[in-house]
Amino acid sequence: MRFQLSGEQEDLRGAVRAAIGRRAASGSSWLVAQFPAPLSGVAGPGAHPPRLDRGLWREFGELGFFSMRLSEADGGAGLGLPEAVLAFEEAGRALVPGPLIATHLAAGEVPGAAEGEVVVAAADGRLVEWLDEADVVRRGAEGAVPMKSVDPLTSLHRVPAPARTDPVAVLLTAAEQLGTATRVCELAVQHARTREQFGQPIGAFQAVKHLCAQMLVRAEVARAAVYAAAVTADRADIAAARLLADEAAERGARDCLQVHGGMGFTWESEVHLHLKRAWVRAQRGGGATESEELLAADLAV
Amino acid sequence: MDLSYTPQEEEFRARLREWLGKALPTLPAKPSPQDWPARRAYDLGWQRMLYEAGYADVHWDASPTIRLIFLEETEQAGAPYVGANFVGLLHAGPTIAAEGTPEQRARWLPPVLRGEEVWCQGFSEPDAGSDLAALRTRAWRDGDDYVVRGSKIWTSHAEVADWCELLVRTDPEAPKHRGISWLALPMDAPGITVRPLRTLAGSAEFAEVFLDDVRVPVANRVGEENDGWRVTMVTLSFERGTAFVGEVVACRRVLGELAAEARGNGRWDDPVLRRRLGRLNAEFRALWRLTQWNVSEAEASGGVPGVGGSVFKLRYSHARQELYDAAAEVLGPDSLDLDRPWMPDRLSSLSYTIAAGTSQIQRNIVGERVLGLPKGR
Repeated sequence: MRFQLSGEQEDLRGAVRAAIGRRAASGSSWLVAQFPAPLSGVAGPGAHPPRLDRGLWREFGELGFFSMRLSEADGGAGLGLPEAVLAFEEAGRALVPGPLIATHLAAGEVPGAAEGEVVVAAADGRLVEWLDEADVVRRGAEGAVPMKSVDPLTSLHRVPAPARTDPVAVLLTAAEQLGTATRVCELAVQHARTREQFGQPIGAFQAVKHLCAQMLVRAEVARAAVYAAAVTADRADIAAARLLADEAAERGARDCLQVHGGMGFTWESEVHLHLKRAWVRAQRGGGATESEELLAADLAV
Repeated sequence: MDLSYTPQEEEFRARLREWLGKALPTLPAKPSPQDWPARRAYDLGWQRMLYEAGYADVHWDASPTIRLIFLEETEQAGAPYVGANFVGLLHAGPTIAAEGTPEQRARWLPPVLRGEEVWCQGFSEPDAGSDLAALRTRAWRDGDDYVVRGSKIWTSHAEVADWCELLVRTDPEAPKHRGISWLALPMDAPGITVRPLRTLAGSAEFAEVFLDDVRVPVANRVGEENDGWRVTMVTLSFERGTAFVGEVVACRRVLGELAAEARGNGRWDDPVLRRRLGRLNAEFRALWRLTQWNVSEAEASGGVPGVGGSVFKLRYSHARQELYDAAAEVLGPDSLDLDRPWMPDRLSSLSYTIAAGTSQIQRNIVGERVLGLPKGR
């Protein structure tokens, strides 16, 4: 048993992180694009439906983000779910916007999806993300009505009939949540080490230190569950992974906001974006209820 | 990321399972929890069986993965836990193996492996709990002996132990971590008084130990004089390694039993309870995966358990308490009856967030050593 990242997996994670980092550093990052000047004309949620950056989508296509699980004969890299989970974890931690999972799952089935030439949206439960930017819409988006999305970087529609849940989509969502859980812990620790009150870094106070420690504990428990589910692809393992990852992301982002104090409550701090995205993702795959019931049923056999 | 076991590991599992199937039916009846001599005999007898079958030193010499398989299989088969052998096998033994002289290893290790001698632990004191390094039990040199005066607390199995791994202050002038030594105290030495402490679960699981000018040969010191803190850290890191493998397996079994009970008594129809049990299923699945993750990490780093142990303990101790709270919800009013299953365990589980480093101390460890947050003033 070697339940650790292999050298190749470490490399893949590093490559995805570097590619996303280059994009963010180029000044054309989604965060900058969405908020051109601090506070100028930024009018709260839903005021401007977010636009998807097609250049970013093609870059992700070139990176192999959508095609990585296709065989090499089909233009992919022949990688598995563990590698996909590592890539989605990175996208999650960087708040990359867009229907990444729907497009990834459409690679090899919808022409142009694998290359990032086409944006694919799909209904998940009663929601469709990025419907207005999609070139191709899969699965039950009939009768979709726009919502005033809580997440300024995700456009949302509600649909009348719930769409079925794809376990792989649930797993990749859990990977994104894991990325958020890790990122918000880093942000909180960074702030707690540098922000001084009462003559010392606030991270020296146990009340703050213990919040940060619990964020790490939740993230690391979720990491073990998510990576294991990627290896087994078992439905109960995936359900467990999503519950733990949702908890780690949502509660982690809440605690991160708390550690940031008043600044955490502002629009200009990035903390709220992590929390809002975590809320969006937690609604996918039938929400927590469906996973809890699946795991309860699993106990009875 | 690989969750599969090697052919050698699978072979070890198959052989162990086969042996357990034959050996466990030959065990004598479990003794009463109040009968200490009988418990000692039972636990030593089990260790003797392991020794004769070649499994005695699995905690010491086997790879972390083999240790994981051993603990998983023995728990699943319902084999006895280490019990009175806990300190000898998992604390004092590994410390002597790592830090002792060849003579010390030859004197103390074989009787532990053969199930002949019981060890207890004399670390905590009434005024040195979480702040263990503040311990004040003094030891003076007098010829070839140390003379020890002080008191220890939370010493499990003190009534039936042959030896005690004892931390004493040998230099009161040095900074607190630097004046401590590690001694092997023979429990039959004159001047030792053992006073059992009753836990809130009603059992006498541990004791206070009073040391009134007890003489301990200098030859019983493991490691250098005043180097006992470092020697001790070796021991504690063992405790936080694979110590909880069997318990996670046990929790997953209990959870299945709870679901069966709830189906039988009608509580299963309550979706709130059902979802609570579903969430606990997620919790213990994740803790099992975290165990496998930590074991794999220990394997890669040459067997030394990392800080992953603190992360695990924080989550596990809380989860286990949640498990028994859920059991109480399944049982309803019957949860007040200590003859019902799980309810004595519910009481015992209250110690999990305190023993072997409180959750608060663990959070300090995680905050400072993993996250790099500054120490408080």
